[in-house]
Amino acid sequence: MSLLETHALTARYGDFQALFGLDIHLEQGETVAIIGANGAGKSTLMRSISGVLENGADQVCFQGEPIGNLPASEIMARGVAMVPEGRRLFPSLSVEENLLIGTYGRKVQGHWSLQTIFDLFPILKERRNHPGTALSGGQQQMVAIGRALMSNPRVLLCDEISLGLAPVVIKDIYAAVPRIQEAGASLIVVEQDIGQALKVSDRVYCMMEGRVTLEGTADTLSREAIHDAYFGGAAA
Amino acid sequence: MIWIDTIIQGILLGGLYALFAAGLSLVFGIMRLVNLAHGDLIVFAAYLILLLVSLLGLSPFLAVIIAAPIMFGVGWALQRHVLNRVLGPDILPPLLVTFGLSVVLQNALMEGFSADSQRLPAGDIATASVQVGGLNLGVLPLLTFASAILVIVGLNQLFYRTELGRAFRATSDDAVTAGLMGIRPDRIFATATAIAMLVVTLAALYLGMRANFDPNIGPARLIYAFEAVIIGGLGSLWGTLVGGVIIGVAQTVGAAINPEWQILAGHLAFLIVLLIKPRGLFPRALD
Repeated sequence: MSLLETHALTARYGDFQALFGLDIHLEQGETVAIIGANGAGKSTLMRSISGVLENGADQVCFQGEPIGNLPASEIMARGVAMVPEGRRLFPSLSVEENLLIGTYGRKVQGHWSLQTIFDLFPILKERRNHPGTALSGGQQQMVAIGRALMSNPRVLLCDEISLGLAPVVIKDIYAAVPRIQEAGASLIVVEQDIGQALKVSDRVYCMMEGRVTLEGTADTLSREAIHDAYFGGAAA
Repeated sequence: MIWIDTIIQGILLGGLYALFAAGLSLVFGIMRLVNLAHGDLIVFAAYLILLLVSLLGLSPFLAVIIAAPIMFGVGWALQRHVLNRVLGPDILPPLLVTFGLSVVLQNALMEGFSADSQRLPAGDIATASVQVGGLNLGVLPLLTFASAILVIVGLNQLFYRTELGRAFRATSDDAVTAGLMGIRPDRIFATATAIAMLVVTLAALYLGMRANFDPNIGPARLIYAFEAVIIGGLGSLWGTLVGGVIIGVAQTVGAAINPEWQILAGHLAFLIVLLIKPRGLFPRALD
């Protein structure tokens, strides 16, 4: 039994079908990267798993339990947290309040607390009373990651966490990934930067037009195979 | 001296309008819902207090302690089972539903209590006054104003000092992302409306003790509340108090010049503020 899996997952926006029968899985302790061009359906996949989009119950399973039709809040409470695309910090809340919102309504136990998040991203401690949205893009991303970690999730979904950030900032953000892994979370990382994706992940799914076109471990996939799966071609 | 007295009476009256408005402001601030039945819910709560007073022989101040949790439940159920179903990007459905609710409440109250005007028996407090620096101030208006301040301080504490307040603000900012953080927006909205109904019950207590009420006075209370919220800048609670005071002072000054001008003067003050500051005095973005 995988930690998290999807079975023939489909998703629609009105008449437009965005996902066509996706089967992916994430094992305990694993980091999986989802790569693909714009419009491939990566974010839709994240939104489906996290419960922002509703699915059939059995289309998404977490620890063997069907969660596909649960609301986002319930999926989060079960241990699947998301760092949404575009960070989506709450402008009315300070940095510290943004972090604390990740523990709303329940006592969470585990490695991550305000203190350990501040250890992971020390700059946030200095800025703890600033409005979340007054920070730089990279710092906002740190808040978004910290906010999701505060619930001590078993699975962390990261949707395009490098989007719009300078390379040096991206490096800082990804430097936190090993510590998140060590603390016990398994990760699904959506990433357009193939090099970065291959570096942090154990396994990669490449998506195109709502379908998985390639799957494999980072060390066994050739550049050509990824190129073809990414842009379409013979190998796909 | 007479003008100072008039202005102070107006400020104290503003406390009542702020109480009318605080619940409206709370609900609008969190879910961008304009509850057109707000005034009728105040009148409904006043009848509920009246019922408890006559059935149990309680003083209105004790009856409100029983009425408040009932209204809390009414607010929760109303939001959970009716209003949450129509909240969405289109603002028209909730307006239509609350407008319908307003009509239903007025007619139900008319059926149950007739069109006769009623009053909550305030006892000695209705006529009691205290002497402050040569001015006679009514105890009831002072109590009303103090209650408005307490309600606003309390709501601000709730908003900025508690976990629930954080969830209110987060849901108000972005309900979808709040869901991803484990917050259920539908429950947050129901809790907010339930809390707004607590304020409504308190407003109903002072409304019913200060003057006569009948099933049809809800819409006018809604307009005063609405004007106070808009003058204050949508969603700012202290701004709502200032808005209430501006309308209250305008009304008493208008009435002092000519009794027929009382209501008109309040509305004119509202229009003047809107002309000068279209976003209200304390727009939420500057909070």
